[in-house]
Amino acid sequence: MFSLVTFTPFQPTPGLAIWSLVIFLIFWYIVSKFAFKPIAEALEKREEDIQNAMDAAKKTKEEMANMKAENEKLLAEAREERSKIIQEAKDIKNQMISEAKDKAKEEANKIVANAVTEIESLKRTAFTEVKNEIGTMALSIAEKVIKKELQGDANQEAFVNTLVKDIHLN
Amino acid sequence: MRNRILLLVLLSFTFVFSVSAHEDPTAGHEAEHGKFDPGATAIHHISDANVFSILDAVRIPLPMILKSDQGWDIFSSGKFAPGHHEDGANAYNGYVMHHGSVYRVSEAGFPMEGLIPVNGFVHKEELVNNKNRDFYFVKYQDKEYRLDARTTLDGGILGGGFTSFMDFSMTKNVVSMILVSLFLFWLFRKAAQRYRTNPDKAPRGIQGLLEPLILFIRDEVAIPFIGDRYMKYFPLLLSIFFFILGLNLWGQVPFLGSVNVTGSLTVTMVLAILVFIIVNINGNKHYWGHIFWMPGVPVPIRILLACVEVMALFIKPLTLMLRLAGNISAGHIAILSFVGLIFIFGKSGESLAGSLVGTAVSVPLTMFMMVIELIVAFVQAFVFTILTASYIGAAIEEAHPEAAH
Repeated sequence: MFSLVTFTPFQPTPGLAIWSLVIFLIFWYIVSKFAFKPIAEALEKREEDIQNAMDAAKKTKEEMANMKAENEKLLAEAREERSKIIQEAKDIKNQMISEAKDKAKEEANKIVANAVTEIESLKRTAFTEVKNEIGTMALSIAEKVIKKELQGDANQEAFVNTLVKDIHLN
Repeated sequence: MRNRILLLVLLSFTFVFSVSAHEDPTAGHEAEHGKFDPGATAIHHISDANVFSILDAVRIPLPMILKSDQGWDIFSSGKFAPGHHEDGANAYNGYVMHHGSVYRVSEAGFPMEGLIPVNGFVHKEELVNNKNRDFYFVKYQDKEYRLDARTTLDGGILGGGFTSFMDFSMTKNVVSMILVSLFLFWLFRKAAQRYRTNPDKAPRGIQGLLEPLILFIRDEVAIPFIGDRYMKYFPLLLSIFFFILGLNLWGQVPFLGSVNVTGSLTVTMVLAILVFIIVNINGNKHYWGHIFWMPGVPVPIRILLACVEVMALFIKPLTLMLRLAGNISAGHIAILSFVGLIFIFGKSGESLAGSLVGTAVSVPLTMFMMVIELIVAFVQAFVFTILTASYIGAAIEEAHPEAAH
Protein backbone atom coordinates (compact mmCIF):
# COMPACT_ATOMS: atom_id res chain seq x y z
CA MET A 1 0.00 0.00 0.00
CA PHE A 2 1.51 3.29 -1.04
CA SER A 3 0.75 6.49 0.76
CA LEU A 4 1.13 10.14 -0.14
CA VAL A 5 1.27 13.00 2.31
CA THR A 6 -1.49 13.55 4.80
CA PHE A 7 -3.40 16.22 2.94
CA THR A 8 -6.70 16.70 4.70
CA PRO A 9 -8.48 18.83 2.07
CA PHE A 10 -8.07 15.94 -0.36
CA GLN A 11 -9.33 13.25 1.99
CA PRO A 12 -12.85 12.39 0.90
CA THR A 13 -15.06 12.24 3.97
CA PRO A 14 -18.49 10.60 3.88
CA GLY A 15 -20.08 13.34 6.00
CA LEU A 16 -19.07 16.18 3.71
CA ALA A 17 -19.94 14.04 0.66
CA ILE A 18 -23.50 13.47 1.87
CA TRP A 19 -23.95 17.09 2.89
CA SER A 20 -22.59 18.49 -0.37
CA LEU A 21 -24.69 16.06 -2.41
CA VAL A 22 -27.86 17.00 -0.53
CA ILE A 23 -27.11 20.73 -0.60
CA PHE A 24 -26.24 20.74 -4.29
CA LEU A 25 -29.29 18.67 -5.27
CA ILE A 26 -31.62 20.96 -3.31
CA PHE A 27 -29.86 24.03 -4.71
CA TRP A 28 -30.12 22.64 -8.23
CA TYR A 29 -33.81 21.80 -7.89
CA ILE A 30 -34.95 24.98 -6.14
CA VAL A 31 -32.86 27.47 -8.08
CA SER A 32 -33.71 25.80 -11.40
CA LYS A 33 -37.40 25.78 -10.65
CA PHE A 34 -37.74 29.23 -9.13
CA ALA A 35 -35.03 31.21 -10.86
CA PHE A 36 -33.10 29.71 -13.76
CA LYS A 37 -36.04 28.33 -15.72
CA PRO A 38 -38.14 31.51 -15.47
CA ILE A 39 -35.08 33.63 -16.28
CA ALA A 40 -34.11 31.47 -19.26
CA GLU A 41 -37.68 31.54 -20.55
CA ALA A 42 -37.96 35.30 -19.99
CA LEU A 43 -34.71 35.82 -21.89
CA GLU A 44 -35.90 33.67 -24.76
CA LYS A 45 -39.22 35.46 -24.85
CA ARG A 46 -37.58 38.86 -24.76
CA GLU A 47 -35.26 37.96 -27.58
CA GLU A 48 -38.22 36.68 -29.56
CA ASP A 49 -40.10 39.93 -28.84
CA ILE A 50 -37.14 42.01 -29.96
CA GLN A 51 -36.84 39.95 -33.14
CA ASN A 52 -40.57 40.28 -33.78
CA ALA A 53 -40.47 44.03 -33.19
CA MET A 54 -37.56 44.40 -35.57
CA ASP A 55 -39.28 42.26 -38.17
CA ALA A 56 -42.47 44.29 -37.77
CA ALA A 57 -40.55 47.56 -38.13
CA LYS A 58 -38.89 46.28 -41.26
CA LYS A 59 -42.21 45.12 -42.64
CA THR A 60 -43.85 48.45 -41.82
CA LYS A 61 -41.03 50.29 -43.53
CA GLU A 62 -41.46 48.14 -46.60
CA GLU A 63 -45.21 48.69 -46.52
CA MET A 64 -44.68 52.43 -46.19
CA ALA A 65 -42.38 52.40 -49.19
CA ASN A 66 -44.93 50.35 -51.12
CA MET A 67 -47.71 52.71 -50.12
CA LYS A 68 -45.70 55.73 -51.18
CA ALA A 69 -45.00 54.22 -54.56
CA GLU A 70 -48.65 53.33 -54.90
CA ASN A 71 -49.71 56.84 -53.93
CA GLU A 72 -47.42 58.32 -56.52
CA LYS A 73 -48.75 55.93 -59.08
CA LEU A 74 -52.31 56.87 -58.14
CA LEU A 75 -51.46 60.54 -58.29
CA ALA A 76 -49.92 60.17 -61.72
CA GLU A 77 -52.94 58.20 -62.86
CA ALA A 78 -55.25 60.87 -61.49
CA ARG A 79 -53.30 63.57 -63.22
CA GLU A 80 -53.49 61.67 -66.48
CA GLU A 81 -57.19 61.08 -65.96
CA ARG A 82 -57.74 64.76 -65.28
CA SER A 83 -55.96 65.88 -68.42
CA LYS A 84 -57.83 63.25 -70.34
CA ILE A 85 -61.17 64.47 -68.96
CA ILE A 86 -60.28 68.05 -69.72
CA GLN A 87 -59.29 67.10 -73.24
CA GLU A 88 -62.53 65.22 -73.70
CA ALA A 89 -64.52 68.13 -72.36
CA LYS A 90 -62.76 70.44 -74.75
CA ASP A 91 -63.48 68.11 -77.62
CA ILE A 92 -67.11 67.82 -76.63
CA LYS A 93 -67.38 71.59 -76.32
CA ASN A 94 -65.91 72.13 -79.72
CA GLN A 95 -68.08 69.46 -81.17
CA MET A 96 -71.15 70.92 -79.56
CA ILE A 97 -70.30 74.36 -80.79
CA SER A 98 -69.72 73.14 -84.30
CA GLU A 99 -72.85 71.03 -84.16
CA ALA A 100 -74.86 73.98 -82.92
CA LYS A 101 -73.43 76.14 -85.62
CA ASP A 102 -74.31 73.56 -88.25
CA LYS A 103 -77.76 73.14 -86.85
CA ALA A 104 -78.34 76.86 -86.71
CA LYS A 105 -77.16 77.24 -90.24
CA GLU A 106 -79.38 74.44 -91.36
CA GLU A 107 -82.29 75.89 -89.45
CA ALA A 108 -81.71 79.27 -90.96
CA ASN A 109 -81.47 77.77 -94.38
CA LYS A 110 -84.64 75.89 -93.76
CA ILE A 111 -86.43 79.02 -92.54
CA VAL A 112 -85.21 80.92 -95.54
CA ALA A 113 -86.28 78.14 -97.83
CA ASN A 114 -89.70 78.00 -96.21
CA ALA A 115 -90.08 81.71 -96.50
CA VAL A 116 -89.15 81.58 -100.14
CA THR A 117 -91.63 78.81 -100.77
CA GLU A 118 -94.32 80.66 -98.91
CA ILE A 119 -93.59 83.85 -100.67
CA GLU A 120 -93.70 81.95 -103.97
CA SER A 121 -97.05 80.37 -103.12
CA LEU A 122 -98.47 83.65 -101.83
CA LYS A 123 -97.28 85.37 -104.96
CA ARG A 124 -98.87 82.71 -107.05
CA THR A 125 -102.11 82.90 -105.08
CA ALA A 126 -102.07 86.65 -105.33
CA PHE A 127 -101.41 86.50 -109.05
CA THR A 128 -104.21 83.98 -109.51
CA GLU A 129 -106.56 86.20 -107.55
CA VAL A 130 -105.47 89.29 -109.44
CA LYS A 131 -105.85 87.37 -112.72
CA ASN A 132 -109.28 86.19 -111.70
CA GLU A 133 -110.24 89.69 -110.55
CA ILE A 134 -108.90 91.25 -113.69
CA GLY A 135 -110.71 88.50 -115.73
CA THR A 136 -113.95 89.16 -113.92
CA MET A 137 -113.52 92.95 -114.24
CA ALA A 138 -112.62 92.61 -117.98
CA LEU A 139 -115.53 90.27 -118.48
CA SER A 140 -117.95 92.54 -116.78
CA ILE A 141 -116.55 95.46 -118.75
CA ALA A 142 -116.70 93.43 -121.97
CA GLU A 143 -120.17 92.20 -121.03
CA LYS A 144 -121.31 95.64 -120.52
CA VAL A 145 -119.63 96.70 -123.77
CA ILE A 146 -120.92 93.76 -125.75
CA LYS A 147 -124.27 93.93 -124.03
CA LYS A 148 -124.43 97.32 -125.23
CA GLU A 149 -123.27 96.48 -128.75
CA LEU A 150 -124.17 92.96 -129.35
CA GLN A 151 -126.96 91.99 -127.20
CA GLY A 152 -127.14 88.18 -126.96
CA ASP A 153 -124.67 87.34 -129.71
CA ALA A 154 -123.35 83.87 -128.99
CA ASN A 155 -120.38 84.10 -131.38
CA GLN A 156 -119.26 87.25 -129.84
CA GLU A 157 -119.43 85.81 -126.41
CA ALA A 158 -117.35 82.72 -127.45
CA PHE A 159 -114.82 84.98 -129.04
CA VAL A 160 -114.57 87.13 -125.95
CA ASN A 161 -114.05 84.10 -123.74
CA THR A 162 -111.24 82.98 -126.09
CA LEU A 163 -109.68 86.35 -125.72
CA VAL A 164 -109.99 86.29 -121.96
CA LYS A 165 -108.27 82.93 -121.93
CA ASP A 166 -105.42 84.28 -123.93
CA ILE A 167 -104.71 86.99 -121.41
CA HIS A 168 -101.52 86.10 -119.59
CA LEU A 169 -100.74 88.10 -116.63
CA ASN A 170 -97.09 88.22 -116.55
CA MET B 1 -15.59 26.24 -33.21
CA ARG B 2 -11.88 25.49 -33.81
CA ASN B 3 -10.85 28.30 -31.49
CA ARG B 4 -13.24 27.02 -28.88
CA ILE B 5 -11.76 23.53 -28.96
CA LEU B 6 -8.26 24.98 -28.66
CA LEU B 7 -9.37 26.98 -25.64
CA LEU B 8 -10.86 23.86 -24.13
CA VAL B 9 -7.62 21.93 -24.55
CA LEU B 10 -5.58 24.77 -23.06
CA LEU B 11 -7.88 25.10 -20.10
CA SER B 12 -7.75 21.37 -19.49
CA PHE B 13 -4.05 21.71 -18.76
CA THR B 14 -4.53 24.38 -16.15
CA PHE B 15 -4.58 21.77 -13.43
CA VAL B 16 -1.94 23.07 -11.08
CA PHE B 17 0.40 20.51 -9.64
CA SER B 18 1.75 22.78 -6.98
CA VAL B 19 -0.32 20.82 -4.47
CA SER B 20 1.72 17.68 -4.90
CA ALA B 21 4.92 19.72 -4.95
CA HIS B 22 4.07 20.93 -1.51
CA GLU B 23 6.20 19.51 1.26
CA ASP B 24 4.88 17.23 3.94
CA PRO B 25 3.16 19.65 6.29
CA THR B 26 4.10 17.98 9.51
CA ALA B 27 7.29 16.16 8.60
CA GLY B 28 10.23 16.25 10.96
CA HIS B 29 8.90 18.18 13.87
CA GLU B 30 7.13 17.63 17.09
CA ALA B 31 4.11 19.89 17.12
CA GLU B 32 5.08 22.58 19.57
CA HIS B 33 3.71 26.07 19.80
CA GLY B 34 6.10 28.86 19.07
CA LYS B 35 7.94 27.24 16.17
CA PHE B 36 6.32 28.31 12.91
CA ASP B 37 5.66 25.70 10.26
CA PRO B 38 4.23 27.43 7.16
CA GLY B 39 3.16 24.20 5.52
CA ALA B 40 1.26 22.89 8.50
CA THR B 41 -0.32 26.30 9.05
CA ALA B 42 -1.47 26.49 5.44
CA ILE B 43 -2.94 22.99 5.53
CA HIS B 44 -4.57 23.75 8.86
CA HIS B 45 -6.20 26.86 7.43
CA ILE B 46 -7.58 25.28 4.29
CA SER B 47 -8.82 22.12 5.99
CA ASP B 48 -12.43 21.64 6.82
CA ALA B 49 -13.18 22.39 10.46
CA ASN B 50 -15.84 21.75 13.05
CA VAL B 51 -15.70 25.35 14.20
CA PHE B 52 -15.99 28.55 12.16
CA SER B 53 -13.04 30.72 13.22
CA ILE B 54 -12.75 34.28 12.03
CA LEU B 55 -9.37 35.97 12.61
CA ASP B 56 -8.48 33.75 15.59
CA ALA B 57 -10.93 35.90 17.55
CA VAL B 58 -14.50 34.83 16.83
CA ARG B 59 -15.20 31.11 17.03
CA ILE B 60 -18.69 30.14 15.96
CA PRO B 61 -19.55 26.65 17.27
CA LEU B 62 -21.11 24.29 14.73
CA PRO B 63 -23.38 21.26 15.17
CA MET B 64 -21.58 17.95 15.64
CA ILE B 65 -23.20 14.78 14.30
CA LEU B 66 -20.98 11.80 15.08
CA LYS B 67 -21.46 8.07 14.72
CA SER B 68 -19.33 5.49 16.51
CA ASP B 69 -19.91 1.94 17.69
CA GLN B 70 -21.34 3.59 20.82
CA GLY B 71 -24.11 5.17 18.72
CA TRP B 72 -24.92 8.69 17.58
CA ASP B 73 -23.69 11.83 19.34
CA ILE B 74 -25.26 15.15 18.44
CA PHE B 75 -24.05 18.27 20.22
CA SER B 76 -22.55 21.70 19.61
CA SER B 77 -18.81 22.02 19.02
CA GLY B 78 -18.89 24.79 21.63
CA LYS B 79 -18.71 21.95 24.18
CA PHE B 80 -15.02 21.47 23.24
CA ALA B 81 -14.34 25.13 24.15
CA PRO B 82 -11.97 25.61 21.18
CA GLY B 83 -9.15 28.07 21.79
CA HIS B 84 -5.94 29.04 19.99
CA HIS B 85 -5.23 26.85 16.92
CA GLU B 86 -8.76 25.50 17.33
CA ASP B 87 -7.61 23.06 20.01
CA GLY B 88 -10.44 22.10 22.31
CA ALA B 89 -10.02 22.45 26.07
CA ASN B 90 -12.56 19.72 26.76
CA ALA B 91 -13.32 16.21 25.69
CA TYR B 92 -16.97 15.26 25.26
CA ASN B 93 -18.17 11.64 25.20
CA GLY B 94 -14.68 10.60 24.17
CA TYR B 95 -14.40 13.15 21.36
CA VAL B 96 -11.85 15.97 21.34
CA MET B 97 -11.09 18.87 19.00
CA HIS B 98 -7.58 19.34 17.65
CA HIS B 99 -6.71 21.87 14.94
CA GLY B 100 -10.42 22.41 14.39
CA SER B 101 -11.11 18.76 13.58
CA VAL B 102 -12.85 16.22 15.73
CA TYR B 103 -10.92 13.18 16.96
CA ARG B 104 -11.97 10.25 19.10
CA VAL B 105 -9.94 8.70 21.89
CA SER B 106 -9.20 5.10 20.92
CA GLU B 107 -7.13 4.01 23.89
CA ALA B 108 -8.70 2.41 26.93
CA GLY B 109 -8.62 4.21 30.25
CA PHE B 110 -9.95 7.55 29.05
CA PRO B 111 -13.37 8.47 30.46
CA MET B 112 -15.72 8.19 27.45
CA GLU B 113 -18.71 9.84 29.08
CA GLY B 114 -19.45 13.51 29.65
CA LEU B 115 -17.40 16.70 29.59
CA ILE B 116 -13.75 16.17 30.65
CA PRO B 117 -11.05 18.91 30.64
CA VAL B 118 -7.89 17.86 28.76
CA ASN B 119 -4.32 19.21 28.87
CA GLY B 120 -3.40 19.64 25.25
CA PHE B 121 -2.28 17.48 22.34
CA VAL B 122 0.86 15.70 21.20
CA HIS B 123 1.84 14.88 17.63
CA LYS B 124 4.08 11.88 16.89
CA GLU B 125 5.26 10.07 13.82
CA GLU B 126 5.34 6.33 13.65
CA LEU B 127 6.55 3.96 10.99
CA VAL B 128 3.65 2.07 9.47
CA ASN B 129 4.36 -0.16 6.45
CA ASN B 130 7.73 1.62 6.00
CA LYS B 131 5.97 4.98 5.82
CA ASN B 132 5.89 7.74 8.38
CA ARG B 133 2.35 8.27 9.60
CA ASP B 134 1.12 11.09 11.80
CA PHE B 135 -0.54 10.21 15.05
CA TYR B 136 -2.12 12.49 17.57
CA PHE B 137 -2.47 12.01 21.31
CA VAL B 138 -4.50 13.85 23.89
CA LYS B 139 -2.92 14.60 27.29
CA TYR B 140 -5.13 13.86 30.26
CA GLN B 141 -3.92 13.55 33.85
CA ASP B 142 -0.25 13.19 32.75
CA LYS B 143 -1.07 10.34 30.43
CA GLU B 144 -1.28 10.37 26.64
CA TYR B 145 -4.15 8.70 24.88
CA ARG B 146 -4.08 7.83 21.20
CA LEU B 147 -6.63 9.59 18.98
CA ASP B 148 -8.50 8.36 15.94
CA ALA B 149 -9.18 10.76 13.05
CA ARG B 150 -12.56 10.70 11.33
CA THR B 151 -13.24 8.04 8.73
CA THR B 152 -12.15 9.06 5.24
CA LEU B 153 -12.71 7.27 1.94
CA ASP B 154 -9.20 7.57 0.48
CA GLY B 155 -8.20 4.05 1.51
CA GLY B 156 -5.03 5.26 3.19
CA ILE B 157 -3.56 6.93 0.08
CA LEU B 158 -3.89 10.37 1.59
CA GLY B 159 -3.23 9.32 5.16
CA GLY B 160 -6.81 8.50 6.09
CA GLY B 161 -8.95 5.41 6.20
CA PHE B 162 -11.69 3.75 8.20
CA THR B 163 -11.51 4.50 11.90
CA SER B 164 -13.67 4.08 14.98
CA PHE B 165 -16.13 6.88 14.10
CA MET B 166 -17.73 8.80 11.25
CA ASP B 167 -18.23 12.55 11.17
CA PHE B 168 -21.50 13.77 9.65
CA SER B 169 -21.23 17.20 11.28
CA MET B 170 -22.23 20.44 9.72
CA THR B 171 -18.67 21.59 9.25
CA LYS B 172 -17.33 24.95 8.09
CA ASN B 173 -17.63 23.76 4.50
CA VAL B 174 -21.20 22.55 4.96
CA VAL B 175 -22.26 25.82 6.57
CA SER B 176 -20.49 27.74 3.80
CA MET B 177 -22.32 25.73 1.15
CA ILE B 178 -25.66 26.37 2.82
CA LEU B 179 -24.96 30.09 3.20
CA VAL B 180 -23.73 30.51 -0.36
CA SER B 181 -26.66 28.47 -1.74
CA LEU B 182 -29.15 30.57 0.18
CA PHE B 183 -27.46 33.78 -0.92
CA LEU B 184 -27.45 32.65 -4.57
CA PHE B 185 -31.08 31.58 -4.32
CA TRP B 186 -32.03 34.98 -2.89
CA LEU B 187 -30.04 36.74 -5.61
CA PHE B 188 -31.51 34.79 -8.52
CA ARG B 189 -35.00 34.82 -7.09
CA LYS B 190 -34.82 38.61 -7.00
CA ALA B 191 -33.58 38.74 -10.56
CA ALA B 192 -36.26 36.26 -11.67
CA GLN B 193 -38.97 38.38 -10.07
CA ARG B 194 -37.80 41.38 -12.03
CA TYR B 195 -37.97 39.35 -15.21
CA ARG B 196 -41.53 38.37 -14.30
CA THR B 197 -42.82 41.76 -13.20
CA ASN B 198 -41.00 43.88 -15.80
CA PRO B 199 -40.55 41.65 -18.81
CA ASP B 200 -40.49 44.58 -21.22
CA LYS B 201 -38.02 46.76 -19.35
CA ALA B 202 -34.25 46.94 -19.75
CA PRO B 203 -32.32 44.93 -17.11
CA ARG B 204 -31.51 46.81 -13.92
CA GLY B 205 -29.61 46.19 -10.69
CA ILE B 206 -28.95 42.54 -9.84
CA GLN B 207 -30.65 41.50 -13.05
CA GLY B 208 -28.18 43.59 -15.02
CA LEU B 209 -25.28 42.01 -13.12
CA LEU B 210 -26.41 38.43 -13.60
CA GLU B 211 -27.79 38.60 -17.12
CA PRO B 212 -24.41 38.87 -18.90
CA LEU B 213 -23.18 35.83 -16.95
CA ILE B 214 -26.32 33.84 -17.72
CA LEU B 215 -26.16 34.83 -21.39
CA PHE B 216 -22.46 33.98 -21.46
CA ILE B 217 -23.15 30.48 -20.16
CA ARG B 218 -25.99 30.10 -22.63
CA ASP B 219 -24.33 31.51 -25.75
CA GLU B 220 -20.74 30.37 -25.18
CA VAL B 221 -21.26 27.12 -23.28
CA ALA B 222 -24.73 25.60 -23.56
CA ILE B 223 -25.72 26.30 -27.16
CA PRO B 224 -22.32 25.67 -28.86
CA PHE B 225 -21.77 22.36 -27.07
CA ILE B 226 -25.26 20.97 -26.62
CA GLY B 227 -27.16 22.56 -29.47
CA ASP B 228 -30.88 23.07 -29.83
CA ARG B 229 -31.80 20.86 -26.89
CA TYR B 230 -29.77 22.98 -24.49
CA MET B 231 -32.82 24.09 -22.48
CA LYS B 232 -33.02 20.72 -20.68
CA TYR B 233 -29.48 21.03 -19.32
CA PHE B 234 -29.26 24.81 -19.06
CA PRO B 235 -30.45 25.02 -15.42
CA LEU B 236 -27.93 22.32 -14.45
CA LEU B 237 -25.08 24.18 -16.14
CA LEU B 238 -26.10 27.44 -14.47
CA SER B 239 -26.39 25.68 -11.10
CA ILE B 240 -22.92 24.16 -11.44
CA PHE B 241 -21.39 27.41 -12.62
CA PHE B 242 -22.84 29.65 -9.96
CA PHE B 243 -22.46 27.08 -7.16
CA ILE B 244 -18.74 26.74 -7.90
CA LEU B 245 -18.23 30.42 -8.60
CA GLY B 246 -20.05 31.47 -5.44
CA LEU B 247 -18.03 29.08 -3.29
CA ASN B 248 -14.76 30.05 -5.00
CA LEU B 249 -15.40 33.70 -4.27
CA TRP B 250 -16.68 33.03 -0.76
CA GLY B 251 -13.38 31.24 -0.04
CA GLN B 252 -11.45 34.30 -1.13
CA VAL B 253 -13.07 36.84 1.15
CA PRO B 254 -10.18 37.90 3.38
CA PHE B 255 -10.48 37.33 7.14
CA LEU B 256 -13.44 34.98 6.73
CA GLY B 257 -11.49 31.89 7.71
CA SER B 258 -10.29 31.09 4.13
CA VAL B 259 -13.07 28.63 3.53
CA ASN B 260 -11.93 25.99 1.06
CA VAL B 261 -15.11 24.26 -0.14
CA THR B 262 -14.35 23.92 -3.85
CA GLY B 263 -10.75 23.07 -2.95
CA SER B 264 -11.85 20.06 -0.95
CA LEU B 265 -11.85 16.92 -3.00
CA THR B 266 -15.04 15.60 -1.41
CA VAL B 267 -17.17 18.41 -2.84
CA THR B 268 -15.63 18.27 -6.30
CA MET B 269 -15.95 14.47 -6.22
CA VAL B 270 -19.67 14.73 -5.54
CA LEU B 271 -20.09 17.23 -8.38
CA ALA B 272 -17.98 15.12 -10.75
CA ILE B 273 -19.92 11.93 -9.91
CA LEU B 274 -23.18 13.80 -10.48
CA VAL B 275 -21.93 14.99 -13.87
CA PHE B 276 -20.77 11.44 -14.68
CA ILE B 277 -24.23 10.05 -13.87
CA ILE B 278 -26.10 12.76 -15.80
CA VAL B 279 -23.85 12.38 -18.85
CA ASN B 280 -24.13 8.59 -18.98
CA ILE B 281 -27.84 8.22 -18.31
CA ASN B 282 -28.42 10.65 -21.19
CA GLY B 283 -25.98 8.90 -23.50
CA ASN B 284 -27.64 7.69 -26.71
CA LYS B 285 -26.91 4.77 -29.02
CA HIS B 286 -24.50 6.85 -31.07
CA TYR B 287 -22.49 7.73 -27.93
CA TRP B 288 -22.24 4.17 -26.59
CA GLY B 289 -21.53 2.89 -30.10
CA HIS B 290 -18.52 5.17 -30.32
CA ILE B 291 -17.26 3.97 -26.96
CA PHE B 292 -17.57 0.21 -27.31
CA TRP B 293 -17.56 -0.44 -31.04
CA MET B 294 -16.11 2.49 -32.97
CA PRO B 295 -17.60 2.34 -36.46
CA GLY B 296 -15.41 2.52 -39.54
CA VAL B 297 -12.15 1.11 -38.17
CA PRO B 298 -10.69 -2.44 -38.28
CA VAL B 299 -11.70 -4.83 -35.51
CA PRO B 300 -8.36 -4.93 -33.60
CA ILE B 301 -8.36 -1.16 -33.41
CA ARG B 302 -11.96 -1.24 -32.29
CA ILE B 303 -10.99 -3.38 -29.31
CA LEU B 304 -8.07 -1.07 -28.52
CA LEU B 305 -10.27 2.00 -28.85
CA ALA B 306 -12.93 0.46 -26.63
CA CYS B 307 -10.32 0.05 -23.87
CA VAL B 308 -9.17 3.67 -24.27
CA GLU B 309 -12.74 5.00 -24.43
CA VAL B 310 -13.81 3.09 -21.33
CA MET B 311 -10.82 4.51 -19.47
CA ALA B 312 -11.69 7.98 -20.76
CA LEU B 313 -15.21 7.49 -19.44
CA PHE B 314 -13.83 7.46 -15.89
CA ILE B 315 -10.87 9.77 -16.42
CA LYS B 316 -13.17 12.60 -17.52
CA PRO B 317 -14.93 13.00 -14.14
CA LEU B 318 -11.64 12.28 -12.36
CA THR B 319 -9.97 15.25 -14.07
CA LEU B 320 -13.01 17.42 -13.38
CA MET B 321 -12.69 16.55 -9.70
CA LEU B 322 -8.92 17.03 -9.44
CA ARG B 323 -8.66 20.18 -11.56
CA LEU B 324 -11.09 22.22 -9.51
CA ALA B 325 -9.93 21.01 -6.09
CA GLY B 326 -6.27 21.33 -7.06
CA ASN B 327 -6.56 24.84 -8.42
CA ILE B 328 -8.51 26.25 -5.53
CA SER B 329 -6.44 24.53 -2.84
CA ALA B 330 -3.22 25.58 -4.58
CA GLY B 331 -4.37 29.19 -4.69
CA HIS B 332 -5.25 29.15 -1.00
CA ILE B 333 -1.92 27.55 -0.11
CA ALA B 334 -0.02 30.10 -2.19
CA ILE B 335 -1.73 33.02 -0.46
CA LEU B 336 -1.21 31.51 2.98
CA SER B 337 2.44 30.79 2.15
CA PHE B 338 3.01 34.38 1.14
CA VAL B 339 1.40 35.55 4.35
CA GLY B 340 3.61 33.00 6.13
CA LEU B 341 6.68 34.84 4.78
CA ILE B 342 6.10 37.49 7.44
CA PHE B 343 6.53 34.87 10.15
CA ILE B 344 9.48 33.19 8.45
CA PHE B 345 11.42 36.43 7.98
CA GLY B 346 10.43 37.58 11.45
CA LYS B 347 11.57 34.28 12.99
CA SER B 348 8.11 33.80 14.53
CA GLY B 349 8.06 37.20 16.18
CA GLU B 350 11.69 37.30 17.46
CA SER B 351 12.90 39.81 14.88
CA LEU B 352 10.92 42.98 14.24
CA ALA B 353 13.11 44.06 11.31
CA GLY B 354 12.66 40.67 9.71
CA SER B 355 8.90 40.95 10.14
CA LEU B 356 8.93 44.32 8.39
CA VAL B 357 10.96 42.94 5.48
CA GLY B 358 8.64 39.96 5.36
CA THR B 359 5.61 42.25 5.25
CA ALA B 360 7.14 44.34 2.49
CA VAL B 361 7.71 41.21 0.44
CA SER B 362 4.50 39.47 1.40
CA VAL B 363 1.90 42.19 0.78
CA PRO B 364 2.58 42.72 -2.96
CA LEU B 365 2.94 38.99 -3.53
CA THR B 366 -0.29 38.25 -1.68
CA MET B 367 -2.17 40.97 -3.54
CA PHE B 368 -0.87 39.63 -6.83
CA MET B 369 -1.90 36.10 -5.85
CA MET B 370 -5.35 37.31 -4.81
CA VAL B 371 -5.87 38.89 -8.22
CA ILE B 372 -4.76 35.63 -9.86
CA GLU B 373 -7.12 33.73 -7.56
CA LEU B 374 -10.00 35.98 -8.55
CA ILE B 375 -9.36 35.09 -12.18
CA VAL B 376 -8.97 31.42 -11.25
CA ALA B 377 -12.32 31.52 -9.42
CA PHE B 378 -14.08 32.49 -12.65
CA VAL B 379 -11.92 30.37 -14.95
CA GLN B 380 -12.35 27.19 -12.92
CA ALA B 381 -16.11 27.62 -12.57
CA PHE B 382 -16.23 28.23 -16.33
CA VAL B 383 -13.98 25.25 -17.13
CA PHE B 384 -16.03 22.89 -14.98
CA THR B 385 -19.21 24.10 -16.69
CA ILE B 386 -17.87 24.04 -20.24
CA LEU B 387 -16.45 20.53 -19.78
CA THR B 388 -19.75 19.35 -18.33
CA ALA B 389 -21.51 20.86 -21.34
CA SER B 390 -19.08 19.20 -23.75
CA TYR B 391 -19.53 15.78 -22.08
CA ILE B 392 -23.31 16.15 -22.22
CA GLY B 393 -23.09 17.37 -25.80
CA ALA B 394 -21.02 14.33 -26.78
CA ALA B 395 -23.45 11.99 -25.02
CA ILE B 396 -26.60 13.30 -26.69
CA GLU B 397 -25.12 14.10 -30.10
CA GLU B 398 -26.96 12.40 -32.95
CA ALA B 399 -25.13 10.59 -35.72
CA HIS B 400 -24.18 12.82 -38.62
CA PRO B 401 -25.42 11.15 -41.78
CA GLU B 402 -23.10 13.25 -43.98
CA ALA B 403 -19.94 12.50 -41.96
CA ALA B 404 -19.07 9.05 -43.28
CA HIS B 405 -16.43 7.40 -41.15
